[in-house]
Amino acid sequence: MTFSPEMEARFAAMLLKYPEGRQRSALVPMLLYAQDEVGAVTPEVVNEVARRVGVDPLQVDEVLTYYSMLHRQKWGRKHLQICTNISCLLVGGEELWHQACKKLGIGHREVTADGEISLEEVECIGACSWAPAIQVNYDFYHNVTPEKLDELIDTMGKKS
Amino acid sequence: MLYNEPHPLEVKILTKRFGLPNSASIDTFLATEGYKGFEKALTMTPDAIINEVKASGLRGRGGAGFSTGMKWSFLPRNSPKPKYIMVNADESEPGTCKDRLLIEYDPHSLIEGMLIAALAAGSNLGYIYIRGEYRYLIDIMDRAIVEARERGFLGNNIKGSEFSFDCHTHSGAGAYECGEESALLESFEGKRGIPRIRPPFPAVAGAYQCPTVLNNVETFCSAPPILLMGAQAYAGLGTPKNGGTRLFCLSGHINKPGVYELPMGFPLMRMIEEVGGGMRGGKKLKAVIPGGSSCPVLKADECDVLMDFDSLAAAQSMLGSGGVVVMDEDTCMVKAALRIMRFYAHESCGWCIPCREGTTWLKKLLTRFHEGMGQRSDIILIGDLAKNMLGRTFCPLGDAAALPTISIVEKFTEEFEAHLEGRPCPYEHASQLVRA
Amino acid sequence: MADLVKFTIDGIAIEAAPGTLVIDAAKRAGIEIPSFCYHEDYSLQAACRMCLVEVEKMPKLQTACTLPVAEGMVVRAGTQQIATARKYTLEFLLANHPLDCPVCDKGGECELQDMAFRYGAGESRYTETKLHVDEAQWSPVVFFDAPRCILCFRCVRVCNEGMGVGALGVVNRGAVSEIAPNKGDHLECDECGMCVDICPVGALTSGTYRYKTRPWEMEHVGTICTHCSNGCKTTLGVRNDQIIRGNNRDRSGINGEFLCIKGRYGFDFYDHPERLQSPLLRTNGKLEPVSWSVALNAAATKFKDVKARGGRFGVIGSNHTTNEENFYLQKFARQGLGTNNIDHHRTGDVVTLLDSLSGTTGKLAASEDFYTKKAVLILGADLSIEQPFLAFQIRANKRHNNASVYVVTEKPVREDKIASASVRAEASGQLAAVENWRGALSGQTELLIAFGDSIKGDAVRELVAFGSSLGFPVSYCCLLDYSNSRGAVDMGLIPDLLPGFHAAEAGGMTAPEMLASPDLDVLWVVGANPLSDAPLASTSAFVVVQDMFLTDTAMRADIVFPASSAYEKTGTVTNVCGEVQRLKRANSTMGTKPDLEIMGLLGKEMGLAPVLGPWLPDTVFEEIRKTVRGYNVPLPVISTGGAAQTAPVNGRIPVANRPELIRSAHDTLFTSGTLGRYSKMLNSVIEKSDAEKSLQH
Ligand SMILES: Cc1cc2nc3c(=O)[nH]c(=O)nc-3n(C[C@H](O)[C@H](O)[C@H](O)COP(=O)(O)O)c2cc1C
Ligand code: SF4
Ligand code: FES
Repeated sequence: MTFSPEMEARFAAMLLKYPEGRQRSALVPMLLYAQDEVGAVTPEVVNEVARRVGVDPLQVDEVLTYYSMLHRQKWGRKHLQICTNISCLLVGGEELWHQACKKLGIGHREVTADGEISLEEVECIGACSWAPAIQVNYDFYHNVTPEKLDELIDTMGKKS
Repeated sequence: MLYNEPHPLEVKILTKRFGLPNSASIDTFLATEGYKGFEKALTMTPDAIINEVKASGLRGRGGAGFSTGMKWSFLPRNSPKPKYIMVNADESEPGTCKDRLLIEYDPHSLIEGMLIAALAAGSNLGYIYIRGEYRYLIDIMDRAIVEARERGFLGNNIKGSEFSFDCHTHSGAGAYECGEESALLESFEGKRGIPRIRPPFPAVAGAYQCPTVLNNVETFCSAPPILLMGAQAYAGLGTPKNGGTRLFCLSGHINKPGVYELPMGFPLMRMIEEVGGGMRGGKKLKAVIPGGSSCPVLKADECDVLMDFDSLAAAQSMLGSGGVVVMDEDTCMVKAALRIMRFYAHESCGWCIPCREGTTWLKKLLTRFHEGMGQRSDIILIGDLAKNMLGRTFCPLGDAAALPTISIVEKFTEEFEAHLEGRPCPYEHASQLVRA
Repeated sequence: MADLVKFTIDGIAIEAAPGTLVIDAAKRAGIEIPSFCYHEDYSLQAACRMCLVEVEKMPKLQTACTLPVAEGMVVRAGTQQIATARKYTLEFLLANHPLDCPVCDKGGECELQDMAFRYGAGESRYTETKLHVDEAQWSPVVFFDAPRCILCFRCVRVCNEGMGVGALGVVNRGAVSEIAPNKGDHLECDECGMCVDICPVGALTSGTYRYKTRPWEMEHVGTICTHCSNGCKTTLGVRNDQIIRGNNRDRSGINGEFLCIKGRYGFDFYDHPERLQSPLLRTNGKLEPVSWSVALNAAATKFKDVKARGGRFGVIGSNHTTNEENFYLQKFARQGLGTNNIDHHRTGDVVTLLDSLSGTTGKLAASEDFYTKKAVLILGADLSIEQPFLAFQIRANKRHNNASVYVVTEKPVREDKIASASVRAEASGQLAAVENWRGALSGQTELLIAFGDSIKGDAVRELVAFGSSLGFPVSYCCLLDYSNSRGAVDMGLIPDLLPGFHAAEAGGMTAPEMLASPDLDVLWVVGANPLSDAPLASTSAFVVVQDMFLTDTAMRADIVFPASSAYEKTGTVTNVCGEVQRLKRANSTMGTKPDLEIMGLLGKEMGLAPVLGPWLPDTVFEEIRKTVRGYNVPLPVISTGGAAQTAPVNGRIPVANRPELIRSAHDTLFTSGTLGRYSKMLNSVIEKSDAEKSLQH
């Protein structure tokens, strides 16, 4: 299997980052970037990445199932991650979480029927001083209020 | 644009470039004494550099607070193996959000810190392990690395010297445990984030079993100023054996949460009252987590402490990662304990029995308890289970889960009793959400 | 050797070699430090935390399984703090454990039960819901019950490090961490069952044994595996004359903890529905069941008159029957029937090896040497597949002693992974390839050369010449197929060689010559199936067969005697390294008799008893010890289940070299000649892997 030219270029460069014979080091980042492009770590991705870094598919499974950002299941085009860890909890992260579940009609690690949006309650994302915080894919949103969250979800629905 | 307003009480050493127009660019950096500390180091012997860092009293900003100069001195200098510089930018300790800013606003100071460490260790290659969620930082860092190469601060014979060094970013993929140094190295090598049996420590057998300098982002960023202003001046900023400044991440129920650079040993109460703008809505202070969720909490009446490693140790807590989480009178401490334990149960790597089983057991127990289905005996059990993890686990994550739990259940026993006999959580009504 | 380190555990002064781990030193001093994840053969984990001890001047508790002893170290394992730590670690461990001991195969043999009994708390304070995962079947051999798993990672290590297979891994993290097979929902592996055997609890169980019995209802009989030539000890669990389990629970014997699928599960051929349980006599064209006396009388009468009229006998022996039986058979043929027409399926050129080593001593490798020699050269054999135990020894040698391994084979082999050098070469080119390594090998101080049937005749002589020219000690192992292939040669199942490699005064027909001879009068086959790949030329030949099954040869027979299996008799066998070991009778199958008894009765019927002597295994073995060169092995050793290597013959072997007769069957892990065809387990594994292959294309 092959990826987009940009991704192929990234992977080529990635493998060169590590000393000769240490290409296995590229495993975790390669899986994450591949997932970003494919939408999930599919069996094809597992085998392909295994081949490229020189390990067995089993070793990829071991790694894939360890890291919480890696997933076999397809997420929505927009993956909404709401932090409810201590700093966010103290300033209403949990209320935001319930609000999102209600509004989207889905729960933890679920995807909307149209496959557009997926939802995840996440651990501390490193935005504690600007809590409550959420992430949509890789974009941070700080000091989130119920109103901001509503808005955000409404705009997410629209294809962009 | 800054995430929060700076505060007049701040001492801006590491954050001096924060807020400058495109502060991340190498031009801004060079225009503000960038790479000057490194150029100074180029003229020094490795031992001289290490002694300078030792004398500065710099202690690791990742949590453990180990003397950085000491750590650097443990590297077997004459080992034939290659030596690596490894930056821990996994920043995952709840309450902590500082390394993020250092990379976002001042990536070159991190490169400069790595260069200085490389000179001290005789290393030619380094990596920056950045947590996967911080994707935008990887792009910023990559750009900075390219710039540094273009301007000859990375590559062969840097600035016409004998010294060659290069570095790369490396992305994690969501695992708190990969912040633990040996688990980080496993993860870096493309494996599950399971810690290693130590000794040997990374200084001796780190990345690819080669000698490795492994430090936190902020620790590396502190090296350039130390060389620039000199160990004495830097040490003078803080308290004895706790040199310099550090970035404190204030969060929770205060008016002006944010990341502020303050001298080591800055009083906690002033941090809350003045820097943090006081308690939100004039509420009363109930408790503070002084250094990230892994630390024992301080009750309001214990908060009269100086924020440095030794003072907090004396107060039976830890300075940890600098994440100061402030909780007011409306906070349910059972809920706090539960949420913290949920985190550790989710992040336990599963390798050793006490941590794997202890964290899930406590998570289930605290959930049940918070829902009002607890029994008096559970209150003892909570503390006892936590104590049975303490000091018996494979890595410090077990302790990190146990310490806050023990402190909460022991210091706020009455709140646990208030949840008994099916009574609803007395604090559920108090929504903490700020309405726009 | 470096001088010993002195330290104390619980006040007891102990000395141990530098580098020894506290947990091992303690064990040797008779102090038990409990552990789940520690296993002396495999990599360290420090995962279970059962072995925590106090060490003076160390603030935190230390894991004895990773802590090397140090001079003056003061260790405490018997304190209240340690007792508490163990107690609560077990409480944690049992929290999510199903506690289904009453229905668990492991009940009674479970390390978790024993630990809980010895170190555990009386009751558990766990009242939350337990995690549950359904049991899964990963292969015909391996079943996995996740909730019982304590994550000691022994199975992962034995599969990866011990077997070199790496079919097991760990997935997920935290409390839901789980052992996982390499193909998602199933295993593709050697099916050796090492993971099942090493599992301290009932998480990994075997398709053969699950839910069959309670361990204490079995009697445990340590005997020798009857499949390949490696001669592993296998301990058969027997209940009312049924073999229910095979393993090597006490880790005794040359193979220690090792067994492959054949030794562990391949015993089930014995109660195959097609097992012969009555003598058969051909009456008007059809083989009909008859009584022993009728069958014996018929055979004896025939033998007698063919002998009387100086007719032609052909006798073919077996690679599986005991030394006693083989010795008795050749004696029967030579002295009873007066013929040297006796042979067997030769699977390796032992004869030429012994001949070219004549005049030297100590040049025949023992199975132990595969683990201890600093360098090993594998010539023309897929060792992991054809000689599983020897391959296991080499992997351990690599892990523990960092031995150098050299490989010359036609196809890629598992040993390539651990080899310092490996090269592909046709049989004809293999010696040349070795010659090319003269330089590389010159750095070595000793070498073990194991060669398959690609090296025979003059090639063996050249190989030995090469070895002698290296200038350091070299030992050899001529690889063979079956459990007593070596014994068959030693006992003279060769026309021109008497037992112990003495020349027979006259030569005789080889097996192929017997089959090809148009005027053969009697063909007597004991435990072999020559007609499976060659027709019998003589249409008039009277064929007598002793076997467990109605083989192609038996179907052509006029009389068939139902024979006992190796697990149903006593006697000795000699493995590929010339090590003599004793069989113990585990069970019996109605209607069958051991081949030795059948021959004895036949001889008696013919009035040959005075010539042949009694057919008691011990008496025959005494005669072997007295008369067969190299077999005067110390009885105490073998009678206590040990292995005694036969001293190599010394002196030229006067034999016409017949390399063309030597042909290994190249049985795989899942095949084992006739026996394999009647093993349900082996066949189900083959079917499964065939099914997979067909899916892949
Ligand atoms: C469970 C656990 C998580 C950790 N997470 C981090 C982290 O996210 N970032 C970090 O710099 N150090 C973290 N540490 C500390 C590191 O193990 C290590 O001590 C530190 O990075 C060394 O750098 P320093 O000496 O500059 O502090 C963690 C430690 C543990 C036990
Ligand atoms: S290696 Fe050979 S002797 Fe050992 S168990 Fe397997 S088949 Fe039997
Ligand atoms: S035996 Fe030491 S931790 Fe398991």
